[in-house]
Amino acid sequence: MNDLRPNTYSQPDAKGRFGEFGGLYVPETLMPLVLELNAAWQSAKADPTFWAEYHSLLKHFVGRPSPLYLAERLTAHHGGAKIYFKREELNHTGAHKINNCIGQILLARRMGRTRIIAETGAGQHGVASATVCAKFDLPLVVYMGATDVERQAPNVFRMKLMGAEVTPVTAGNGTLKDALNEALRDWVTNVDDTYYMIGTAAGMHPYPEMVRDFQTVIGKETREQILEQEGRLPDAVIACIGGGSNAIGMFHPFIDDETVQIVGVEAAGHGLEVYNGHSASLNGGRPGVLHGNRTYLLQDDDGQILEGHSISAGLDYPGIGPEHAHLFKTGRARYITATDDEALEAFQLTSKLEGIIPALESSHAIARVGELAREIGKDGIVVLNLSGRGDKDIATVSKRLGLGGISA
Amino acid sequence: MTVSRIDARFAALKSENRAAFIAYVMAGDPDLDTTFEILKGLPAAGADLIELGFPFSDPMAEGPTIQHAAERSLKAGTKIRDVFELVRRFREVDETTPLILMGYMNPVEFLGYDAWAARMAQVGADGMIVVDCPPEEADGLADALDAQDVALIRLVTPTSDTERLKTLVKRTRGFVYYVSVTGVTGVKEINVAAIQDEVAKVREAAQLPVAVGFGIRTAERAAEVARIADGAVVGSALVDEIKLALSRSEALEPTKKLPDSQAASAKVLEKAAILAQAVRSAR
Repeated sequence: MNDLRPNTYSQPDAKGRFGEFGGLYVPETLMPLVLELNAAWQSAKADPTFWAEYHSLLKHFVGRPSPLYLAERLTAHHGGAKIYFKREELNHTGAHKINNCIGQILLARRMGRTRIIAETGAGQHGVASATVCAKFDLPLVVYMGATDVERQAPNVFRMKLMGAEVTPVTAGNGTLKDALNEALRDWVTNVDDTYYMIGTAAGMHPYPEMVRDFQTVIGKETREQILEQEGRLPDAVIACIGGGSNAIGMFHPFIDDETVQIVGVEAAGHGLEVYNGHSASLNGGRPGVLHGNRTYLLQDDDGQILEGHSISAGLDYPGIGPEHAHLFKTGRARYITATDDEALEAFQLTSKLEGIIPALESSHAIARVGELAREIGKDGIVVLNLSGRGDKDIATVSKRLGLGGISA
Repeated sequence: MTVSRIDARFAALKSENRAAFIAYVMAGDPDLDTTFEILKGLPAAGADLIELGFPFSDPMAEGPTIQHAAERSLKAGTKIRDVFELVRRFREVDETTPLILMGYMNPVEFLGYDAWAARMAQVGADGMIVVDCPPEEADGLADALDAQDVALIRLVTPTSDTERLKTLVKRTRGFVYYVSVTGVTGVKEINVAAIQDEVAKVREAAQLPVAVGFGIRTAERAAEVARIADGAVVGSALVDEIKLALSRSEALEPTKKLPDSQAASAKVLEKAAILAQAVRSAR
């Protein structure tokens, strides 16, 4: 299987630009490393043996392909188009994150790097990184906001169990963006031996392209599976967006198919109208430069970055991958939002109706899928990327329910 | 004035056969009055050029000292317009000391390149260092700054090879900033012997003065750098004095307190004078 894109759409350009977004805004010390990484990535991308190893690991280690599953009771509940789940939560480690980590660890080995660093918010990317680093016997340092270390204790334990060193970051508010800053500071200090394994399709070129290409396995499988099961393409694909790697992995193979609606769901937290109370960079931010790329950012009226908020640690990031910024600007994809409360409701509904406990991140997409299914109508087909499983969120949810916020 | 103010200063230093002592402080740390007191006093303390940091919420190339300075500044409510206002006030008392703004891209993007450059020229800021803007992304900003005759000062680092150096020195004006260590500000210590040849190479390639920074914490290191480079930049060691003054002041009884701004600025200027003396007597 090779990964040549069937699309006429071919972003980014050689400078890492998706339209006006993306690029390479890094301190000069890192420039030679980033350019070297790009050269190594371009060479790997063109090498069939690289992809053969990647696909072999996805099959035997991760357990791909993941099923495309008709969620019958949820479909009946909403009374609209058929709702299919792309079951990324069944992957080894319980989310889509591992697809990217497999690709990047192979690249790090190809480049002869001997030390890996990563950032993590909820801990899912940290766990996936720890997993591949254990498998390939490479030391890993994970930067994680101190606040997140506290609220995601089980994932911290998993990472440590697999041999990773977890470094809590106290700068700023101690969340994902601060962890990213600290990982970049590590990289700039350890330029000789270190590979930075970024967890989402954001950051400086070539990460947005590379992470996307490691995640498009989601959309490619979905295409094959829906053609096999339904004999046609879906009317819409929908996914949640934080940095946006699960979404771009689902969306990208459908960009050229004009009949397929593409819908991303951002985290509206306490509500879009609440200042600094959401993580919806597209719907509630404006373009700027952070963490190596130009994209939409949550910022104040002086260009300072806001922390944002979402109940889901995986969506709690003030930026978004530059390709989503481009698809938003061009109108090829539509980006809507779901609040904390709506995600919590979808979390419980899916558990009860389908016997599947979805991650709080994915629950944001589920919260909007009913409307979309009704909009499309009974003969239609919607595919939702169920990006992760919700076991990790049980404490957060039970705490919220215990406070009497929501009832199922 | 602007870029010519930088050129004039380095020309004068060259004729005196000495290197520049370049002092960095963060605007608004811990408040704007303190920064103004420091700016006002720095030329007399021996600073030949001044770098004024403008705060950013996510300073990814800074060590803890400058990170905390930015946090203190933002917490005190510093806005970018306040930073320009500081420069304007400084120019009322000093017309010859070059002043360079240093910071990150997003606040610049937010205001817009043309507006930013125009504002710099208007208030008398002479040059600009943007940590996260490599040449690949700098054309728009460089055009805007050139139009106002403000210098875009590039960073060269230990990871810059000969090929890269050619890219870096294009469109650089005023001087080149050599980052002496791989890492963040104020953490690793400089090894002067190891960078001597590099500095000479950069000077040759750029045909401009080369200032060295990122690992100079003591008078001894500053003097060593002054022997091999055209300027020595000290930031974290000065900013640490602010932090120390603040923690001392917290420990005192209210009645015995000097106003914080006086205590902190006096300490910074004292330290600056020691460093400046070391640079001046180095050759």
